[in-house]
Amino acid sequence: MTFEHVLQYLLAGITIGSIYAIVAIGFNIIYNTTGIINFAQGEFLMVGAMTAVTFSRLVPLPLAIAIGIAVTVAVGVLIDFVFIRNLKKPTVLNMIIVTIGLSIIIREVALHVWDEKVRSLPYFTGDEISSINILGAYISPQALWVLGICATMVVLLNVFFKYSVMGRSMRACSANPVAARLCGINTKNMVTMSFVLSAAIGALAGCVMSPITQTQYDCGTSLAIKGFTVAILGGLGNSTGAIIGGLIVGILEEFSISVMPLAYKDAIAIAILLLIMFFRPSGLFGKQEVSALKEF
Amino acid sequence: MNIRQYIPAGILVAVVVAFQLAVVLTGQDYLLTQLTMSAYYALVIIGLSVLMGYAGQISIGHAAFFAIGGYTAAVLTTGAFRLSPWLSLAVAVAITVVIAFLIGIPILKLKGHYLAMATLSFGVIVYRIVLGTGVFGEADGISDVPGFTLLPGLTVTGGAASRVENYYIAWFLVTLAIILLINLINSRVGRALRSIHGSEEAANAMGVNTAGYKLAIFVLSAVFAAVGGVFLTHYTGGIGPSEAGVMKSVRYVAIVAVGGMANIWGALVMGIVLNYLSLRGYFGTYDDIFFGAILIIIMLFYPDGILQRKTLDDLRSLARSLVARIRGRR
Amino acid sequence: MAFRKLCTICLAGALALFSVTCKKQSENVIKIGALFAVTGGASFLGAPEANTAKMLVDEINAAGGINGKKIELIIKDTGSSPEKAVSFAKQLIEEEKVLAIVGPSTSGETMKIKSICDNAKVILISCAAAEVIVNPVAKYVFKSPQNDSQAAEKIFDTMKQMGITKIGIINDNGGFGIAGRDQLKKLAPKKGITILASEEYDSKATDLTGVLTKLAAKKVQAVVNWSIVPAQSIVPKNMKQLNMNVPLFQSHGFGNIKYVKEAGKAGEGIIFPCGRLLVADQLPDNHPQKALLVKYKKDYESKYNEEVSTFGGHAYDAITILFEGIKKAGVAETDKVREAIENLKGFAGTAGIFKFSATDHCGLDINAFEMLTVKDGKFVLYKK
Repeated sequence: MTFEHVLQYLLAGITIGSIYAIVAIGFNIIYNTTGIINFAQGEFLMVGAMTAVTFSRLVPLPLAIAIGIAVTVAVGVLIDFVFIRNLKKPTVLNMIIVTIGLSIIIREVALHVWDEKVRSLPYFTGDEISSINILGAYISPQALWVLGICATMVVLLNVFFKYSVMGRSMRACSANPVAARLCGINTKNMVTMSFVLSAAIGALAGCVMSPITQTQYDCGTSLAIKGFTVAILGGLGNSTGAIIGGLIVGILEEFSISVMPLAYKDAIAIAILLLIMFFRPSGLFGKQEVSALKEF
Repeated sequence: MNIRQYIPAGILVAVVVAFQLAVVLTGQDYLLTQLTMSAYYALVIIGLSVLMGYAGQISIGHAAFFAIGGYTAAVLTTGAFRLSPWLSLAVAVAITVVIAFLIGIPILKLKGHYLAMATLSFGVIVYRIVLGTGVFGEADGISDVPGFTLLPGLTVTGGAASRVENYYIAWFLVTLAIILLINLINSRVGRALRSIHGSEEAANAMGVNTAGYKLAIFVLSAVFAAVGGVFLTHYTGGIGPSEAGVMKSVRYVAIVAVGGMANIWGALVMGIVLNYLSLRGYFGTYDDIFFGAILIIIMLFYPDGILQRKTLDDLRSLARSLVARIRGRR
Repeated sequence: MAFRKLCTICLAGALALFSVTCKKQSENVIKIGALFAVTGGASFLGAPEANTAKMLVDEINAAGGINGKKIELIIKDTGSSPEKAVSFAKQLIEEEKVLAIVGPSTSGETMKIKSICDNAKVILISCAAAEVIVNPVAKYVFKSPQNDSQAAEKIFDTMKQMGITKIGIINDNGGFGIAGRDQLKKLAPKKGITILASEEYDSKATDLTGVLTKLAAKKVQAVVNWSIVPAQSIVPKNMKQLNMNVPLFQSHGFGNIKYVKEAGKAGEGIIFPCGRLLVADQLPDNHPQKALLVKYKKDYESKYNEEVSTFGGHAYDAITILFEGIKKAGVAETDKVREAIENLKGFAGTAGIFKFSATDHCGLDINAFEMLTVKDGKFVLYKK
């Protein structure tokens, strides 16, 4: 392999890895405030992108994306109000089953609302044939948008959780919900807020990747599985871990193509997931003591 | 040995026979085809219901075991091998036991989300393997699987002429499985399982080998699924990758949830009814949506399943309020 | 708890509704079954097929039916799973006593019901392309799409004209992609073409830069992407991003203008073999297919408000072949209709001119294909 090829795989891996990282962060935000893994996280990306594509024919692109995000956030809030708050026996098993059911329903409703065809947003800058040369490797300008927007989202989320009152309250809920409630934090609203945030970043990620990867009604499931792998790899609930995990999985996947048949690409990510769960359930960056206390 | 515990099994046999007579007398014996297919799926479901309900272990990967059974039978009885179906059944069960055992040891140490996700991942890997491997026919699956001659004159095959025999073969298997499970649940093992579901730590402290019991049930339910797969593959004459898909596994979990965890009768009834409706195409293009909706409604309102007294009470109070409203209007 | 009650009613109601079905029996209809994957992984095939079938049946019934009898079409959604195809096929054969079954959409499903239909003496006209469906010939089983081997031949012939000898193949892991890859590999040595690399990707793949980089490293002179899934518009985009400027050949699975739109400017110059449906308006007026192609395109697009694809065309052909068979036979009797279909010669469909015989139940030859290319976002005939 020449240097250019290595660089090419690396760039492709980073681009796809940063999408995985955003999905994983979406998982983490909801997991931290509720203890639920939201299996419908992948569908947020799909709904965001599909809505934006529909509106992009009527209004300018940034507005269409904003509408996509707004609709997805509405779906997220609806999920919380109708399902999560109403759950009678909120055991982990029941929560898993409910969110799996939700992901199926969102997907199938999308099939009936839109149709089975693929759609995509226009490229934000440039078009399908523009290509940027970086030290001999080539990359689409949209890939830079993906990287830029993902990085911005991560920075803003960090600022939000560290410095804003609401962000701090959400962190308090995740550390100890009872104590948080005693301090006067409305934990239920924080749960809603976590759905809002995670739907919003999911929808934005869905929009920014749509020109490259295209969007179809059933594209959410495989993203959710990848995102979950990344979340576990980085340690459930750990956002820095999610970013590093996302990049690792993305880059490994791309390099695996150079030595193995492509058909087994997905199996590799999943094999990593199984190994991590068996041997280091706290993930690469999670603390073992903390994870022992949490109910997975 | 308690005779009373077999009364429901006796009723089951009576219902099965009565149904067969009824459809033949009314000239609708084609209905038996879908009932036979549903019965083989019900084998997966009752096995899973014991795993989920009594041992408390979710598995979103049981379609994988069904596929392992079905594909083993299909590969060994067609193409280059052409082994006897009896031999291939034995091989299928053996392979399933080994895989379930090996995968069960690490997977069953996990809990909650991790357990769900690990079983799901196992399912996805099996799906990827059957989809990506030439021997398994890749996306097309395997066709022209021969019938399975159990005894001379008694063959598991899809022809219209042998519809009635096949209906009884399938239900014989289901009844056998049910009796086996009833015995299991009412035995020492059953009590141990219930203690695991209650509190695994407490059970462990009392000296119950929880890991061993969980593994045994996991393997048993996997074998049920594999046997269902073997027979259905011979019955329909083929198998495709969709049998290993995640949606199939989720569907099995949904049906167990509707029937009520730890309720093999509920699982059996719902397994037959829902599979039957789906196989007859009543849900049209809303097939998957229906199962998704079921999962949510059951978890929100009937976490213990739909076949229980509370549902009846709901319906009764509903009827009462309706009657009251109609009277009031008058 | 009103919500709970509501849900209970809905569930009970739904079950009651599903368990009570009434059947209308009428002497003066011809029943035809259809199995299409309207949902599930192959929905991009099944959805236009189901639409087309409905449209054609409505049309013929509005015109008074065939031989004075109305057509009743029973469409079942298989969700692309074979066990449902089997269950539904038996249902259609044993209960509905259909004259013929149109579909299924995929070759995997078709192979599962091939012997069922043949044994039950029910005509099956499949909309799937794999050659195993009609080879060996089953007496009652036909198919309407063109053969993969002829598409492969057409591609290789074009390559030779262009002076290309070293190629890389990629294909999706669905039945269509795999069958096509096998044909390409089989034919390449005969045509003097070397395959430097062959890779398979998942039907849901969204990024193929990795695999294309691998091909580029082998210095292929052209890429063949044999696929039927949306990745067909990702491949050209990825190639342009990678600055890979070799020609891209695709299969007849690219016969959907939607894929060209998705590929945008990157789609320009893709070469692929296809039936004439997509270039109907460019055909000479005396071409035997022209009139029906233009009509089908216009009818479909005005009725469903979406662009016509060759997949829907396969259902069009299957249905019209069946109708023609019934007309020729004069009665709706299986064996007579079957014989009439087998004797159809020079019957124009969307995929080509069908010419069936006792040994050929596909009925199309290499002339069914034209090489097309994409120019200014439209399909045009490829000219060297």
